[in-house]
Amino acid sequence: MRFDLQVIASWVEPGSRVLDLGCGSGTLLAMLRDEKGIVGTGIEQDEERAGRAISKGLSVIHGDIYEEVEDYPDTAFDYVILSQTLQQVMDPSALIRAMLRIGRRCIVSFPNFSYWKHRMQFLLRGRAPVSRELPFEWHDTPNIRVIPIADFKRFCRGLNVPVLKEVAINNHHHDERGTVVTFLPNLRASYGIFLLGQPEE
Amino acid sequence: MSEHASPVSTGGSVGRVEKKIFRIDEGFEVSCGKRLAPIEIAYETCGELNADRSNAVLVLHALTGDSHCAGYYSGDDAKPGWWDIMIGPRKPIDTDKYFVICSNVLGGCMGSSGPSCGNPDTGRPYGLDFPVLTIGDMVRAQRRLVDHLGVDKLLCAVGGSVGGMQVLEWSVRYPDRVFSAVPLATTSKHSAQAIAFNEVARQAIMADPKWNRGDYYGGERPAQGLSVARMVGHITYLSDESMRHKFEADFQVESYLRYQGNKFVDRFDANSFLYLTKAADYFNLENNWGDGSLVAAFSRARARYLVASFTSDWLYPTYQSRQMVQAMKKNGLDVSFCEIEAPWGHDAFLLPNGRLDELMAGFLERMHTEYEREAVHAL
Repeated sequence: MRFDLQVIASWVEPGSRVLDLGCGSGTLLAMLRDEKGIVGTGIEQDEERAGRAISKGLSVIHGDIYEEVEDYPDTAFDYVILSQTLQQVMDPSALIRAMLRIGRRCIVSFPNFSYWKHRMQFLLRGRAPVSRELPFEWHDTPNIRVIPIADFKRFCRGLNVPVLKEVAINNHHHDERGTVVTFLPNLRASYGIFLLGQPEE
Repeated sequence: MSEHASPVSTGGSVGRVEKKIFRIDEGFEVSCGKRLAPIEIAYETCGELNADRSNAVLVLHALTGDSHCAGYYSGDDAKPGWWDIMIGPRKPIDTDKYFVICSNVLGGCMGSSGPSCGNPDTGRPYGLDFPVLTIGDMVRAQRRLVDHLGVDKLLCAVGGSVGGMQVLEWSVRYPDRVFSAVPLATTSKHSAQAIAFNEVARQAIMADPKWNRGDYYGGERPAQGLSVARMVGHITYLSDESMRHKFEADFQVESYLRYQGNKFVDRFDANSFLYLTKAADYFNLENNWGDGSLVAAFSRARARYLVASFTSDWLYPTYQSRQMVQAMKKNGLDVSFCEIEAPWGHDAFLLPNGRLDELMAGFLERMHTEYEREAVHAL
């Protein structure tokens, strides 16, 4: 399994209730169910991936994450996961608030825009970064947000949402192995993964 | 229609099946207050009920279907049961694992008590003396059949269209008797549009002079009216795209519809059609069980659900399935949902579809595992 998903899985307590937004064909949910005995639900927009996830015996809803999060009762889940999707979200603060309404904890991961390789491309070539982590040209990208790790932390402070855990990793997101970056993560990490708690009053 | 769909049928046939009749001599009081007795229900079963009776799957048919869901009645049958692509050894509803029960609805004309049956009070066919029925009445009769077969709790109730309404009714009326439920291409209540089409179909029957206020059993039947009624219905089961595929020349659709209408007249009773369409029109889960709220209606339910709709179904469009899913989620129920891409309109659930196959197989397998696990915990 992808290294970033392994990190996320390691944060989830056994037996908990998990909602995975943008769950794809259910790799993470299936692993959490089989190894941690969680009760999982996924939301997936793509019919084929949603279908594959259901056929694996997962509970998955084929639909749009913004609409689907609205229907759950408060604190219906222990963890709500948004993996590698925040960069495509129209209104991140509204979605994160919705996630923290229906879940006690929220796990968010995204490609770090301020990764040094991205900076180099912009600095030396004067062009929008295209990399393994952000593999799109400006005109065909589903990503509408650029998210440096440092900015995401500021964003959470602004929302009064506490960061309970954070890990910066350096790997291609399809790789099964990677390294945790502790020195200068905003520069050196290709992905950021955050565990968020309930907003403070 | 199936010539346009990709062939995905795998697995074997259940082989020979037999139409059986279950009789309740004392009958019961139907929801309009009248007593209907005796009651007969035609049904068939395939597969074997296992020792702990945990593998029963109740298959519920659509408006004009019957109890013959898979296999063949005799060696020279041209056609198998109506869902033979889904039910059989190594098929999604795998008869090597599951015990399949399919019953003809009360009010029908394929072996169950309906308007064409003899009224014990008069010795003549009921006709319009047959009591008005609801989907709930059909489900109550099915429950008696399930009791009779020794099944306390269904592993799954599955059905499409009006069969899907029965699935929903089962899961809300008898929450302790349904472990899981698969409502396909269905709705929790008819839209005004669906009622409108049914009303046109009913008016076509009643405008036929041979209908004779439902009293035609001794003489000629209202074939013209029933045929037109079927043509109206058939239009709603297809889609614009499927018609474009099907009919290369203009006006081919006319002879096709007439053929469908005439074929239907040979096998279906006009009065049954009136009663069954009315039952479908009156079906309203939120009013019947939730005082107007679908969320309140599903608060009774305990089943795990798999809901599926089809992109080109304009009779019961996806938004209606989404409303159900929404109400299930608000109640914290375990629900999976998929809108399946299919160009064939409402009828898509009856046609070969790899996506539907994989959803059904995967869901049922999980349900089987979870049901067994729950049974062990309960000991």
